[in-house]
Amino acid sequence: MSLSAHDKELIVKVWTKISPKAAQIGGDALGRLIVVFPQTKIYFSHFADLSPSSPQIKAHGAKVLGAIGEAVSSIDNVSASLSKLSELHAYNLRVDPVNFKLLAHTLLVSLSAALGAEFTPEIHLAWDKFLAIVAAVLSEKYR
Amino acid sequence: MVHWTDEERQAITSIWAEVNVEEAGHQALTRVLVVYPWTQRYFSTFGNVSNATAIAGNHMVRAHGKRVVVALGDAIKNLDNVKATYAKLSELHSEKLHVDPENFKLLGETLIISLAAQFGAAFTPDIQAAWQKLMAVVTAALSKQYY
Repeated sequence: MSLSAHDKELIVKVWTKISPKAAQIGGDALGRLIVVFPQTKIYFSHFADLSPSSPQIKAHGAKVLGAIGEAVSSIDNVSASLSKLSELHAYNLRVDPVNFKLLAHTLLVSLSAALGAEFTPEIHLAWDKFLAIVAAVLSEKYR
Repeated sequence: MVHWTDEERQAITSIWAEVNVEEAGHQALTRVLVVYPWTQRYFSTFGNVSNATAIAGNHMVRAHGKRVVVALGDAIKNLDNVKATYAKLSELHSEKLHVDPENFKLLGETLIISLAAQFGAAFTPDIQAAWQKLMAVVTAALSKQYY
């Protein structure tokens, strides 16, 4: 599975549009993750507040979407741009890769909620593929 | 039997009251066919479903999407007995339609995303969680008669 030129265009276009509210969208996505898939809270047991409105959850969500934004700016070489994060996830965090799919889903929901009708099926497709690629890169060094 | 809290029932029925069944069905099914193009295998008799524009404009897709979401309404009216409500539908999907049950999951996900597009921030995490639970219950019920 790879990104067509058109996919890349749509991904970058959406990123440009949402980057002013990236922190809020990221926070929203992580908040949704811990509510909809409560088992994901085990990775945040060191956070004092594990509600979706928690400042730590919001900050962490912002950070995650920020990293995804970095991958967008290097969309022709996602593997290189996420190399350090890939190592971090493999050797330190060791988040089960199934959770990348769960977060990809809640991120799509947050994007959809933010963009409404502008989150067209083609844009949904491009972002679904992109997030799957990000997930694959992050799990690349696990074993 | 599935246990639903009052909040979950409320989350489901309050959103459902505002849903345009034909539009939501059209959105969700269009998204499935575009985002997961291998699902087009089930629609070879629907004419042109080979690209996003064709899919979105295809009146058979629209009609079918509506049918699916109308059936979802049956589950919502029978939250305490979705399994029995869907027994015949499950058999149909297994024996006649030969649909891989993975597709129930995919449609569930795209419906959630379509609802988020319609409702925006009003589709809160808690409301989303109730709907995800509903989609899981519907998926399980539709998969029940497969053997």
